[in-house]
Amino acid sequence: MLIKLSSNFYFTGGHSRYEAFRKGLQRNLEGYVGFANLPNQVYRKSVKRGFEFTLMVVGESGLGKSTLINSLFLTDLYSKDYPGPSQRIKKTVQVEQSKVLIKEGGVQLTLTIVDTPGFGDAVDNSNCWQPVINYIDSKCEDFLNAESRVNRRQMPDNRVHCCLYFIAPSGHGLKPLDIEFMKRLHDKVNVIPLIAKADTLTPEECQLFKKQIMKEIQEHKIKIYEFPDTEEDEDSKLIRKIKERMPLAVVGSNVVVEVNGRKVRGRQYPWGVAEVENGEHCDFTVLRNMLIRTHMQDLKDVTNNVHYENYRSKKLAAVTCNGVDTSKSKGQLTKSPLAQMEEERREHVMKMKKMETEMEQVFEMKVKEKKQKLKDSEAELERRHEQMKRNLEAQYKELEEKRRQFEEEKANWEAQQRILEQQKLDASK
Amino acid sequence: MWGSTLLGYVGIDTIIEQMRKKTMKTGFDFNIMVVGQSGLGKSTLVNTLFKSQVSRRSSGWSRDDKIPKTVEIKSVSHVIEEGGVKMKLTVIDTPGFGDQINNENCWEPISKYINEQYEKFLKEEVNIARKKRIPDTRVHCCLYFISPTGHSLRQLDVEFMKHLGRAVNIIPVIAKADTLTPEEKTEFKQRVRKELEVCGIEFYPQKEFDEDMEDKSDNDKIREAMPFAVVGSDKEYQVNGKRVLGRKTAWGIVEVENPNHCEFSLLRDFLIRSHLQDLKEVTHNIHYETYRAKRLNDNGGLHPISSSSDTQESNL
Repeated sequence: MLIKLSSNFYFTGGHSRYEAFRKGLQRNLEGYVGFANLPNQVYRKSVKRGFEFTLMVVGESGLGKSTLINSLFLTDLYSKDYPGPSQRIKKTVQVEQSKVLIKEGGVQLTLTIVDTPGFGDAVDNSNCWQPVINYIDSKCEDFLNAESRVNRRQMPDNRVHCCLYFIAPSGHGLKPLDIEFMKRLHDKVNVIPLIAKADTLTPEECQLFKKQIMKEIQEHKIKIYEFPDTEEDEDSKLIRKIKERMPLAVVGSNVVVEVNGRKVRGRQYPWGVAEVENGEHCDFTVLRNMLIRTHMQDLKDVTNNVHYENYRSKKLAAVTCNGVDTSKSKGQLTKSPLAQMEEERREHVMKMKKMETEMEQVFEMKVKEKKQKLKDSEAELERRHEQMKRNLEAQYKELEEKRRQFEEEKANWEAQQRILEQQKLDASK
Repeated sequence: MWGSTLLGYVGIDTIIEQMRKKTMKTGFDFNIMVVGQSGLGKSTLVNTLFKSQVSRRSSGWSRDDKIPKTVEIKSVSHVIEEGGVKMKLTVIDTPGFGDQINNENCWEPISKYINEQYEKFLKEEVNIARKKRIPDTRVHCCLYFISPTGHSLRQLDVEFMKHLGRAVNIIPVIAKADTLTPEEKTEFKQRVRKELEVCGIEFYPQKEFDEDMEDKSDNDKIREAMPFAVVGSDKEYQVNGKRVLGRKTAWGIVEVENPNHCEFSLLRDFLIRSHLQDLKEVTHNIHYETYRAKRLNDNGGLHPISSSSDTQESNL
């Protein structure tokens, strides 16, 4: 038996085996080959490279966004010395990002948190989503340019991988602002809606509220982040549980309080302690597990494969449609540099030819015109010449006539004179 | 004026009894307006305050009603009785306030409504043949619900209170106070009070209307404690053998009438048990008189401006 490993993994030694492979069936190996180590290699490489993740938080001020971020990543991103955007008063929507490097178990994560202070806080909130959209698009554009450059060694990925949208716990339903925002952003970024400050709601109110929100989301055809179905049973059970609890109702806190001798993170009220990590109190653990422990990579993949590709195709289609490069990007876009140059040259040559034919046409036309004009004036001159000749002849004839008359008169007069003379002579005799 | 001592019992003090009997017979009106974004628990609080189903929600409006596109004014009236005293309570709700994307001037319909009620009263007063008892539809008190963000007042809150603080008695309350821990609550209240002071907003009880030292000290105490952080509920639960109004969560029961949990009882005592009459008097003597003076001065006489009122009233 010859088991030859090539890039196609084909096995010789048996017609049937070859046939089976051609049909794409999986085969057992005869001995230990070693490519099962591949995931480990990928893992080691990625760990060396480190991971990047960009998380955006959007919501009105006072919904506990900063506290939740601190709780999720168990660090004080916003602390007393570096107060978060929520402590400052702002007149317009800003988009601010803070980067933090987190290390755990040898794995490095560059976490970027994008905050949007001022969102929904003004009296008139029309277009408060515009700065957010601009930010996301600009990050996609940066990546697009970096991807199209000739030298692609360093490609930092700053695209927004996930957007946590905080819904105020009114208990009724979504506000017009929530609906507008999610409608505009669901095809640019993964939107995960969260119910903020969920310790305001009793369990029944929470259920009703969640149902109402999901109903409205479906009504308005908003595409929130969908958890991918996996084949294994374990994971699909988990995913189904998560899907039932959407949107997740969260409570954030980094303060440790004591409950029944245990130390837990929570919020201390006179009537009890709302525990952050207790699954019956809120969905914080679900969010954390989903966001960090199971679906971080999937969020990045969906951003890369779906949202970024949408942006890219839209952007490039706009450019090629016009035929002229209207985009202000610094790099080249469609093909390799050589092909691009070839195309440009061809275009140029065609343009020149067109211009040439056009000019010739114009010239022809002008020549014809001039000829016509000359002919016309010639004819005119001829006509005048004829006319003048005729005039002259007429005058000549007239003159002749007059002379004849004059001669006649003269002859008459002379004859009369002679007669008179004769009479005079006769009379004197 | 000098006082003179009486030589025997005359019976002047029975006038109090006579007044009481009269008021009990005629009953009195109280009009309360609730303003705030949807979902802040306004209707629940009003139900809890008057211990009966008096809000718009209970009169046939479901909680799934769509948010209206403009601010509407809906008033619902009930006659409630306690200890022989009858009160015609009108709750004026303002759905749609602050719920749109663009909330510019969303206080204008409310301002218009308040002025319309003053106008109605003025017209009745100015009539030649006046009614014995002019029906009082003026807004005596406006409860403004502040969202418990924990940070500060929103732009919309400041604008509303600035525009309406001179026309009606505004009592700011912090809604859904079970969101805040005790420390957060005190911090938030301080910040709100400071911000109101900075913006020059006077809420009820206004400092300028304190009549004497006793009033001032009472009201000072109240002003220090405002805005009240309240929780409303119309469900009862069993706590330590007693049945109390509250909200049941997985980590405990929030008791509405427990002063350690929230300040609902303070608000109720203040609003109903001690200052109800004062609210009406301030509305009549000060806000209404301001309106009347302005109207009479502006036109140099009395020309009716608009006689239509487009509020819906459903009387039981």
